[in-house]
Amino acid sequence: MQLPKSSKQFFSEAGAISRFTAWFFHEAFRPRYEWKEFGRQCYEIGYKSLPLIALTGFIMGLVLTMQLRPSMLEYGVEAKLPDIVSLSVVREIGPVITALIFAGKVGSGIGAELGSMKVTEQIDAMEVSGTNPYKYLVVTRVAATTLMLPVLVVLSDAISLYGGYLGVNIKAVTSWDLYITQVYNTLQFSDVLPAIIKTFLFGFAVGMVGCYKGYHSKKGTEGVGRSANSAVVLSSVIIFIIDLIVVQVTDIFGFN
Amino acid sequence: MAQQLTYPNENVISIRGLKKYFGENKVLDGFDLDLGKKENLVVLGRSGSGKSVLIKCIIGLLAPDSGQIEVFGKDILSLDHQALDEMRIRIGFLFQSNALYDSMTVRENLEFPMRRHSIDLNEEDARQRIEEVLDNVGLSHTIDMMPSELSGGMMKRIALARTMILKPDIILYDEPTAGLDPVTGKEIITLIMDIRQKYNTAAIIISHDMKCVKATADKIILLQNGKNYKEGNYASFIGSDDPYVQQFFE
Repeated sequence: MQLPKSSKQFFSEAGAISRFTAWFFHEAFRPRYEWKEFGRQCYEIGYKSLPLIALTGFIMGLVLTMQLRPSMLEYGVEAKLPDIVSLSVVREIGPVITALIFAGKVGSGIGAELGSMKVTEQIDAMEVSGTNPYKYLVVTRVAATTLMLPVLVVLSDAISLYGGYLGVNIKAVTSWDLYITQVYNTLQFSDVLPAIIKTFLFGFAVGMVGCYKGYHSKKGTEGVGRSANSAVVLSSVIIFIIDLIVVQVTDIFGFN
Repeated sequence: MAQQLTYPNENVISIRGLKKYFGENKVLDGFDLDLGKKENLVVLGRSGSGKSVLIKCIIGLLAPDSGQIEVFGKDILSLDHQALDEMRIRIGFLFQSNALYDSMTVRENLEFPMRRHSIDLNEEDARQRIEEVLDNVGLSHTIDMMPSELSGGMMKRIALARTMILKPDIILYDEPTAGLDPVTGKEIITLIMDIRQKYNTAAIIISHDMKCVKATADKIILLQNGKNYKEGNYASFIGSDDPYVQQFFE
């Protein structure tokens, strides 16, 4: 039986990404370590994403609270609004929405940057000078996305919760102390830990897919655009798949 | 197991029966080449005849389908990644597109390969090496500029300086004067000759520019259909009655 062409392409691509990922683990733990470039990438990927992540986090918390209020009011549990908002933001909405925005900004940027370097032979130039472009370009970026996304998610969650506080106060009056105490009382270690763990996986996926697409960019400038675009699409899909798997696994271990 | 080839001792590169196909397209189909010490070899051929593929096979950017490539007596195709990287230090490669790292300054472009190999160089030695290669190409003042601030000719010269930073024994030039005005092209040709004079390098030069061919070639190989069509010095090509050869020298 012969596989359809699209299936062959799918498995071929999946195999290529797997090999590319395996190569990361091969290169990441062997000297020479590119600390300077890693630091630069953390700054570019983490610090420069902060305003966008903060803004979307704030709006997310505010809007979520405003949308939930009527239903909560209908069931007479308006007082539980901080509980529901904090659980929703910390466990699911914060990590996933932040990761998707991160994929849009950082994943496409990495795809375009490496794609551009590929088509202008800059990656080949590194290779022929006897240096390791994978270590310099891919390992540093993937390590930076893996470490920076969790930090951004924690900040985004915090800003979202503040947005939620303002949302609660639009049509009611609640003190900050009361709000935050309610949030702390609601959130358990088992809510925070799986959410943080999956953000490392999201960050790794965004970096790896962006680098893979850029590193294998073809067909000139058109290929660069395509790499950036497909990096966002694929990493967004992978984020949802990882989320699904992590929720199932944490459920098995009784974290849900 | 690859058969150990024997060549005249003076050869720094020896290629036998090199084949590289892209699907049905036989780009290289049994190509042979010998490059002697301090020799400048020009490879001529029509566009798409496999000249750039040839030098990319030599440097290990492309894997040939069959054939043997020996550089300094070592079979390139049997080297592991580390050994290949060490070999690449001895081979400079000037890209047609220059391939300068556009997110780095000129200084960082030059430092990049050096920092990763010459770990015994202290700060002062590294600085001197950068100044030396920039001085060689006459662009010392561009050290803190970005590639986007340079003209085409300046970029080519900086790319040449980067190629020289590790002091290679062989340089592979991929159309070094392509896209440059005649004056700048002449400057690049002069630089190629100066580099050979100063560093005793051997070189393979891919070029369509007959001024470049005339000025630089000790030996010329004309490629056709992936095979050696004619070999000889400039005079033998100029004096050839072969219509195909004459097309290049009209």
